[in-house]
Amino acid sequence: MTAQAPGAMEVGFRAKRASGRKLLVPYVTGGLTGWQLAVRAAAAAGADAIEIGIPFSDPVMDGPIIQQASQRALEGGATPVSILREVRDLDVSVPLAVMTYYNTVHHAGPERFAAQLVAAGIAAAIVPDLPLEEAAPWCTAADAARVETVMLAAPTAPDDRLPRIAARARGFVYSVGLLGVTGERARLAASATALAARLKAITDVPVLVGVGVSNEAQAYEATRVADGVVMGASVVRRLMEAGPEAVGDYVAQVRAALDAH
Amino acid sequence: MDQLLRTYAGRPSIITECGNLGRELGIRLLLKREDLNHTGSHKINNVLGQALLAKRMGKHRLVAETGAGQHGVATATAAALMSMECKVYMGAVDVTRQALNVFRMKLLGAQVEAVESGSRTLKDAVNEAMRDWVATVETTHYCLGSVMGPHPYPWMVREFHRVVGEEARAQCIELLGDVPDVAVACVGGGSNAIGLFSGFVDDRTRLVGVEPAGGAAVGRGVPGVVHGMRSFLLQDEYGQVQEAHSISAGLDYPGVGPEHSHLASIGRAEYPNVTDSEVIDAFQLLARTEGIITALESAHALAWIVRAAPELAGRNVLMNLSGRGDKDVAQMMDVLGK
Repeated sequence: MTAQAPGAMEVGFRAKRASGRKLLVPYVTGGLTGWQLAVRAAAAAGADAIEIGIPFSDPVMDGPIIQQASQRALEGGATPVSILREVRDLDVSVPLAVMTYYNTVHHAGPERFAAQLVAAGIAAAIVPDLPLEEAAPWCTAADAARVETVMLAAPTAPDDRLPRIAARARGFVYSVGLLGVTGERARLAASATALAARLKAITDVPVLVGVGVSNEAQAYEATRVADGVVMGASVVRRLMEAGPEAVGDYVAQVRAALDAH
Repeated sequence: MDQLLRTYAGRPSIITECGNLGRELGIRLLLKREDLNHTGSHKINNVLGQALLAKRMGKHRLVAETGAGQHGVATATAAALMSMECKVYMGAVDVTRQALNVFRMKLLGAQVEAVESGSRTLKDAVNEAMRDWVATVETTHYCLGSVMGPHPYPWMVREFHRVVGEEARAQCIELLGDVPDVAVACVGGGSNAIGLFSGFVDDRTRLVGVEPAGGAAVGRGVPGVVHGMRSFLLQDEYGQVQEAHSISAGLDYPGVGPEHSHLASIGRAEYPNVTDSEVIDAFQLLARTEGIITALESAHALAWIVRAAPELAGRNVLMNLSGRGDKDVAQMMDVLGK
């Protein structure tokens, strides 16, 4: 693995972790009505970075809420180009990451996509359907452009795979909270803290739990072990049901819960 | 596996020479009769293999996607035979147009879920089966129905269908004293075609995979990544996957198995496409001249043969009749207004 110096998002995360702060990364589907306002509200309410979804026609990692959000955004005419153009107007102080599926990257071409992210001021990328074994073309282009590529670890990953995932991860390691798709659950799965603990034992890169972290109590529970959380469906549902202000209120609630550590 | 294929699936499947239609078209036309397998299509070959593997891996539940319902019926059948649970995802559009197969799956003890997301056809059924599988992988095997998806599926499914090509090659040599001049099969994901081609890929035989005009991934797609594979894919200028449109639910898939993309790229196989109206004509033609009601999917292969007959004059043409048409009769009653 390259001995590249950590990027801006990872440097910021490490500093906040050292100060005792738990990291909060809300997810917002780009192109949804009010999405830019939601991103600003989340930033103002204490998010440490914000993940912006570039919707894809076939979001196989996503459950009903984010599927619905993706479909609405696409029906509203959202494209990778339109969303990245709107990102430039966001003017928020926290790092921004995009989450999309690999065909979006592949279709544009890794170098071109990385350049588009840089031009829009995006710090990092999360591509959940890109396995470690196939990641080289994108990761090489992203490293060269200084875009941090977050890698995902699944609860089924064997012990010998985790260090390879962590070594390839930039920004943070995305510790997948359960076996299954994104969406809200009644309880935090036992696998969420179990995998985070396995990752914490083998890496110094920040470890954030995402998928199935559904409310402030579950975020608190996950961060007993992990350095932070990614929260998607619970944020996007509020945006679709109640608008951007509701996203700000919710992020503030989760922030308060995490700060109680 | 060999015993199951022989005593349960009914292999080897026969070759039928179409004397009437061959004379009409000026070719020697042979059909590999996968429609005569148990459950009525080639799909049973793959499903029996995967179900055995699932058992060996200690899994007690199968999930599957289905378009026309043939793969769903085959999976439900294998699950019944091997005492496994089974859930089949099927696009809501297809549930309507393939009502007979939905009922067959239920009779076989499977749960059928109508998928309402996206285009509500085969690609969305694949998405939903994958979502189920990632949540249940400890107890469940995804019995994928075509030569697509992530490794090792394209390879594994081809190996389970290789029997089609190997039988056909031996049968042709016995009947013709040679391999056929042309081997033709329909292509959605491409499982019956790759099974047939695998018997002849190292021979001089011309290989033709026939796509529907509204779902011609090789003919009109560009390389893309979806469902865990990189292959030709119908997509828009930003890489969003486009919907396929075809009269046959089994071919309504915007991608194609990666080995077909490879065979097309190296020029070993060709992938023309045919229109729905050519398919409807071919469907009726085979019934009238040979007394065989073909699946609409397989009728795509025949539609190309009919169109290409002038340039094929005097040649030996082998077609994979991959499935029987019982499931399509109600739909054709509507189409033909009779």
